[in-house]
Amino acid sequence: MDRFVFLTLDGLSRGAVYAAFALALVLIWRAARIVNFAQGAMAVATAYVAHSVAAATGSYWWGFLAALVAGLLLGALVDVAVMRLVDSTSPLNPVIVALGLVLLIQAVLGMVYGNEYRPAEAPFSRAALTLGGVGVLSPYDLFVLAAVGAVVVALAWMFARTGTGLRMRAAAFAPAVARLLGVDVGGMLTLGWALASGVGALAGLLVIPTELGLHPHAMDLVFVSAFTAAVVGGLDSPPGAVVGGLAVGLVLSYVSGYAGSDLAPLAVLVLLLAVLLIRPGGLFAQVTARRV
Amino acid sequence: MSTGELLGVRGLVAGYGAVPVLHTVDLSVPPRTIAAVVGANGAGKTTLLRAVSGLLPPTAGRIVLDGTDLRGTRVEQLVRRGVAHVPEGRGVVGELTVDENLRLGGLWRRDRADAARALDEVYQLFAPLARRRRHLGHQLSGGERQMLALGRALVGRPRLLLLDEPSLGLAPRVVAQIMALLRQLRDDTGLTVLLVEQNVRSALSVADQGVVMALGRIVASGPAAGLRDDDHLRHAYLGF
Amino acid sequence: MKGPTLARHLGAGAVAVALLVPVSFALEPFRAFQLATVAAYLCATAGLTVLTGLNGQLSLGHGALMAVGAYTVALSQTAFADAGVTGGWVLPVSFGAAVGATVAVGALVGVAAARLRGPYLAGVTLAVAVVVPALTVTFDGVLGGEQGLSVPVDPPPAGLGASFPYERWQLWIAGAATLPVLLLLGNLVRSRYGRTFRAVRDDEVAARLAGIDVARTQVLAFVVSAAGAGVGGGLLAVLAQSVSPGAFSLTLSLSLVMAVVVGGLGRLAGAGWGAVLLVALPDLTHSVTGLVSFPPALAQRMAGNLPLAVFGVTLVVVVVAAPGGIQGLLSRSGRALRSRPDPSTTHHP
Repeated sequence: MDRFVFLTLDGLSRGAVYAAFALALVLIWRAARIVNFAQGAMAVATAYVAHSVAAATGSYWWGFLAALVAGLLLGALVDVAVMRLVDSTSPLNPVIVALGLVLLIQAVLGMVYGNEYRPAEAPFSRAALTLGGVGVLSPYDLFVLAAVGAVVVALAWMFARTGTGLRMRAAAFAPAVARLLGVDVGGMLTLGWALASGVGALAGLLVIPTELGLHPHAMDLVFVSAFTAAVVGGLDSPPGAVVGGLAVGLVLSYVSGYAGSDLAPLAVLVLLLAVLLIRPGGLFAQVTARRV
Repeated sequence: MSTGELLGVRGLVAGYGAVPVLHTVDLSVPPRTIAAVVGANGAGKTTLLRAVSGLLPPTAGRIVLDGTDLRGTRVEQLVRRGVAHVPEGRGVVGELTVDENLRLGGLWRRDRADAARALDEVYQLFAPLARRRRHLGHQLSGGERQMLALGRALVGRPRLLLLDEPSLGLAPRVVAQIMALLRQLRDDTGLTVLLVEQNVRSALSVADQGVVMALGRIVASGPAAGLRDDDHLRHAYLGF
Repeated sequence: MKGPTLARHLGAGAVAVALLVPVSFALEPFRAFQLATVAAYLCATAGLTVLTGLNGQLSLGHGALMAVGAYTVALSQTAFADAGVTGGWVLPVSFGAAVGATVAVGALVGVAAARLRGPYLAGVTLAVAVVVPALTVTFDGVLGGEQGLSVPVDPPPAGLGASFPYERWQLWIAGAATLPVLLLLGNLVRSRYGRTFRAVRDDEVAARLAGIDVARTQVLAFVVSAAGAGVGGGLLAVLAQSVSPGAFSLTLSLSLVMAVVVGGLGRLAGAGWGAVLLVALPDLTHSVTGLVSFPPALAQRMAGNLPLAVFGVTLVVVVVAAPGGIQGLLSRSGRALRSRPDPSTTHHP
């Protein structure tokens, strides 16, 4: 029972990261009808920025901040310099271009930093606190949950309550109408890419210290897990992405805890296939698709 | 000189791909006027509106708003010049609520206080919308959608309203209400309306000025009442 | 139609053999090895071109399917070696097993893929590409974990002489495995099946109305394509004489996509350009960077990564600027020269 509680809490903490990353995928999917397959590589790039800035300043938090800013800028850059030029009448084209970006980004990181794992520092202890003799969350887990929670609340507030959020939604749902009403649709799209990439950068920063460390391919499997989370929730639904992320985190935590962590990758693949074959629209599609 | 004209269209040629839909169209709409563009399906009425609002860049010719050439003005800038376009099919965003659709109409305005006032006025003008503030656009009836599209345009306090087929799919009673509202807005706020309609009878009865289009050309224009009573025109182009 | 096509392809095959043998004697061993590697990639890119270019299904998982073929050959060759069995038929049997294994995995993925579209399909095949190499660690008892497995291959027959270079022998093996694959795929493309593949790609609804079983066609395309990847993977195993997960990472899968897109998706000939690129571009970047004297640590980091960076940039530029790829550019200029319409060209960027 103690183990179950521990695995559940651990799964929620891990799932929070997947939720954030899935949210980033959903943001771009809703705005541009593109699944950004380069999201993982972009997040790793920003994690290297954090690594370099932290090494230069001696402060984790300067690195953290620099990575978030780099994430925003990188997202905007990818939109303006690459994605905007792609003829997306064939849905294959944006996917293929994103894959080209994956190759490019990972190769550049390999050239600059080398293809070895570098230890990634966590700003808080990762040792689990005990509560009544039961191992529960670590301070770092609490930080992860708080950071993702803050981002989810901030995004929800922005989309529901601010003029910019309203413009972004209008630009995504009805671009032609939005333009007639004075919305700079292209600008909103770029902003969407920037925000998504920033959220992806945060997710990368949070997850990398809990995995093997910093590596150009550090987010490959995380991307697959987050994609699964986004599919579980339905690609169109931000709340679905959050729920899907937590669900995937729990499944992986139980599989790793009870069956062995080697099986986690296989579990992701099976889960993804199962969801797509049984409920291709996502488990929560009907309930949440039209709510924001 | 420009006081006699709010919207001028000179030698406009526009179309989709290589084939022009509009062949050298000339038009002049004075301020405080309701101008109705009528004609059969495929006459180029909607294309004319799309060219005026910049959704369809013209191949040749000029569009002049209050003495200023609109060439190079981007679609999203036009609303800041006082032009509101209610597109064909009304353009209500189904995924947004009534309130969000309406607020969208005034988001571009610097004067937040007046945008809020305009929003209140629209709710007073269209009571059904006020009752359904929190409903999503796709939950509305056809008449409510037309109110919403029109109301959203009015939140921006436009000088020129481009209306594409407002009567489409609506009951005659609702159409009459909308037409009466357009006259009221013209008298109260000095609004100018360029109205595209297949419903020739109601369009020409509300309009001051009428323009008859056929196959991408203007074949007749003048005071609306005169066009309505011209038997030859009615038989040749308007079919009633 | 079918008879003459087969005859023509067999003729082309005979010409290829007649050319390859003298060429293999003219090439120095390293170049022979490179040409053999091109052949290995060609099996996979030809399969991927059939799937993505002709049937419209994007697979990011072909590197993983190559891994399945490679590991099957490795296990089979090891089993034969352990049992002390030798003979000319051993390697063909191992390749047969590789084809069987990849066809089975391809059918499994294909059945799922046939129900998926666009980004969902890409996501699932990406998951395959990431997860399958990781399985070698999950089942490291059999598959050797990160270290991988060695692949025992018999030396060239004694009859060829003691000085016969091993690389030339590898090139012969590669040729013997690749030519049948190309022959079969080339015939398939021109056959009734090829036409149903294209019909499904162009318009699923119309294909269905024309009586084509869309799902079955898509599964078939996936299976055929997987078989090509299996042979290619088996060849890579024979050429490297070892298999390890690092050789079949996501990067390989993405590089294959790069190869077929840059080569030109519409036609099988594009797969050839793509396979050449996969071998030539790293070689080329290597010689270019060799002109500049970088510090050794940087030079080492550049060696593996610069070609991939070039792959990435090429892929982006081609999709943005020349969606038809190399073969598209060639056939466009070719058409302009001949100014005669080629009815068999169903070019579809």
